[in-house]
Amino acid sequence: MTRFLMRRLAYTLATLLLVSLVSFIIIQAAPGDFAEIYAAKKADAGAVISAAQIAEVRRELGLDQPWYVQYGTWLANAARGDFGQSWTWRRPVGAVIAERLPLTLAIAFATLVFMYVVSIPIGVYSAVRRYSFGDHAASLIGYLGLAIPNFLLALVLMYLSQRYFGQSVGGLFSPQYSLAPWSWEKLQDLLQHLIVPVIVLGTSGTAFLIRAMRAAVLDELDRMYVLSAKASGLSPMQLLLRYPVRIALVPIASTLGWRLTYVISGAPIVGVVLSLPDMGPLFLNSLLNQDMQLAGALIFLYCALTIIGTFLSDVLLVALDPRIRLE
Amino acid sequence: MSMSTDHPHVIDVSNLSISLKNDNNSIAITRDVSFSIGRGEVLALVGESGSGKSVTALALMQLLGGNLSISSGQIVLTAIDGYSADIAKLGRNGRQIEAIRGARMGMIFQEPMSSFSPVHTIGAQIAEVVTVHEDVGRKEARRRSAELLAKVGIPDPVGALDRYPYEFSGGMRQRAMIARALVCGPSLLIADEPTTALDVTIQGQILDLLSKLKDELGMAILFITHDLGIVAQMADRVAIMYAGSIVETGSVREIFRRPSHPYTRALLEAVPRLGDIDERRRINPIAGSMPNLFEPPSGCRFHPRCPVAVHPRCSLERPPTFGSGGRLVECIHGEAELAR
Ligand SMILES: Nc1ncnc2c1ncn2[C@@H]1O[C@H](COP(=O)(O)OP(=O)(O)OP(=O)(O)O)[C@@H](O)[C@H]1O
Ligand code: SF4
Ligand SMILES: [Mg+2]
Repeated sequence: MTRFLMRRLAYTLATLLLVSLVSFIIIQAAPGDFAEIYAAKKADAGAVISAAQIAEVRRELGLDQPWYVQYGTWLANAARGDFGQSWTWRRPVGAVIAERLPLTLAIAFATLVFMYVVSIPIGVYSAVRRYSFGDHAASLIGYLGLAIPNFLLALVLMYLSQRYFGQSVGGLFSPQYSLAPWSWEKLQDLLQHLIVPVIVLGTSGTAFLIRAMRAAVLDELDRMYVLSAKASGLSPMQLLLRYPVRIALVPIASTLGWRLTYVISGAPIVGVVLSLPDMGPLFLNSLLNQDMQLAGALIFLYCALTIIGTFLSDVLLVALDPRIRLE
Repeated sequence: MSMSTDHPHVIDVSNLSISLKNDNNSIAITRDVSFSIGRGEVLALVGESGSGKSVTALALMQLLGGNLSISSGQIVLTAIDGYSADIAKLGRNGRQIEAIRGARMGMIFQEPMSSFSPVHTIGAQIAEVVTVHEDVGRKEARRRSAELLAKVGIPDPVGALDRYPYEFSGGMRQRAMIARALVCGPSLLIADEPTTALDVTIQGQILDLLSKLKDELGMAILFITHDLGIVAQMADRVAIMYAGSIVETGSVREIFRRPSHPYTRALLEAVPRLGDIDERRRINPIAGSMPNLFEPPSGCRFHPRCPVAVHPRCSLERPPTFGSGGRLVECIHGEAELAR
């Protein structure tokens, strides 16, 4: 088991390293380096900058070094949370992101919880009551969930919640709470505002998971070990939860990693549509403004989240299925 | 009748019929199956593939699934603790039948590979039976499980509790399965071809183990097999099943020495004996094949294959059952055969 996890950890670290290199390349790909941008800004302000001065700045910033040295420096700094300066925000990239990372994580986490909490019971129900009215209803809603694009769902839900619940959608807090210190009411306000983004981000994943859970449970229901557990005197509920459902969770857990990937990659668009103060709009703006220090850091973070999520799903898989520990 | 006085009956099955319901018709899978097994007695249920042995076994515990159901008959269980109930009346779910399964009746299956959940430890799956039925703590349930694992001959039983089924060989898994079926001290053990999936040496060990445990614990065993060699080794009495009916019942001696039903005789002749092989004599197979249960032959279901059928009677009416107590034959020649 430890060997399996160590190997997975090694893969995870290697992937993170690769992703960091890609992020670095993206940052470098922007036209002009920081020294030139700096010079252009000084020139705008009326100062005259000589080529020698630019070279001096370059040297100071290490921009005259070969790319791998620069990458090493960037990586070492990134590891300490220092992703350089964002020139649109005129602040350290780390600080700009830190303001929005917790909400991004909150949305991703809430969406995952929503998907699993909704889909597992419905999937189990659909399997046990196969071809019942409830099963067909769940399938229908599931297909609709898969078919409707996220942004459309976002707009419709925004309209509905504004029209019928009088809730200010968009953003994560009602105006009166946005600057208030944390309190129970503020948390409730946050949770209410999370409902729409979570539904938007989670619907198609939920629909998919319901199908997967249903199929997995159906696969297990007819197994010999279920009959033999039944012959041991378990009640239908005990039997269902301890065996078919428990074992069906194995394949479901193994897809957690790419469910998370899906949520994370869907998040920016939904964040923009719902104008959430998460990393989504930040990411879009950084690309529009060619703020590559910021964009690169965000790409790295988005990727890192999914990679870490995949690792966590491997850990979960090992916990759920002892056979994997054999490898 | 001698059987019933020697051994108080643990299970009394009478006229058990199981049917398969389709959209609007229902076909009989078994009809009027009757047998009883006493304490410490092994009844072998023998028959060709598809004759209805497994569905009968499942019916005894109300485990029939899908569209199969008990259409008539009684299954009276009289457990060693004095508890008695007609299982046929209990229905498939509910506290009563759940309290019987695993506690007063245990069952082991053909496939030791798949009879355990792959993701739970052996110990958890045995201890669970104890905690489901008895008001004991986890520790006590574990202790009892280890005790049973020791009894079925698993080395390091305490260590084995925390191991997973894939860490066990087929034979060890079948031993563990036996431990699970016996951990609550059932009055009846149903063993549905428990050694068919094992190789011959392991088979012998498992059979010896079952015999030993039976003597030690005093339960009744319904042993399903189509191997007459195993019957001779294991059983006290034999019930021969053909196309959903029990055609002959008797002690092992009676069945092997004086088989009275033409089908039993054909079965015995189909078994290769050591001498047959030496003399290179042809084994005598039973001509023809098992009838299709969807269109069973009229009259005696064996008549298309029967060498001594009396026409047209055998194809018109169901033959009567002759004999009494533990010795029964369902054949028109039954009376004469039994008198021989
Ligand atoms: N779930 C089911 N649904 C429909 N028919 C079934 C079902 N289970 C068994 N049958 C039918 O019932 C008949 C008896 O089957 P059963 O499994 O009892 O045979 P068996 O004597 O145990 O044979 P084997 O030696 O192969 O195990 C067969 O014709 C089989 O096709
Ligand atoms: S009743 Fe007739 S057909 Fe059936 S076994 Fe006896 S002799 Fe043969
Ligand atoms: Mg069978």
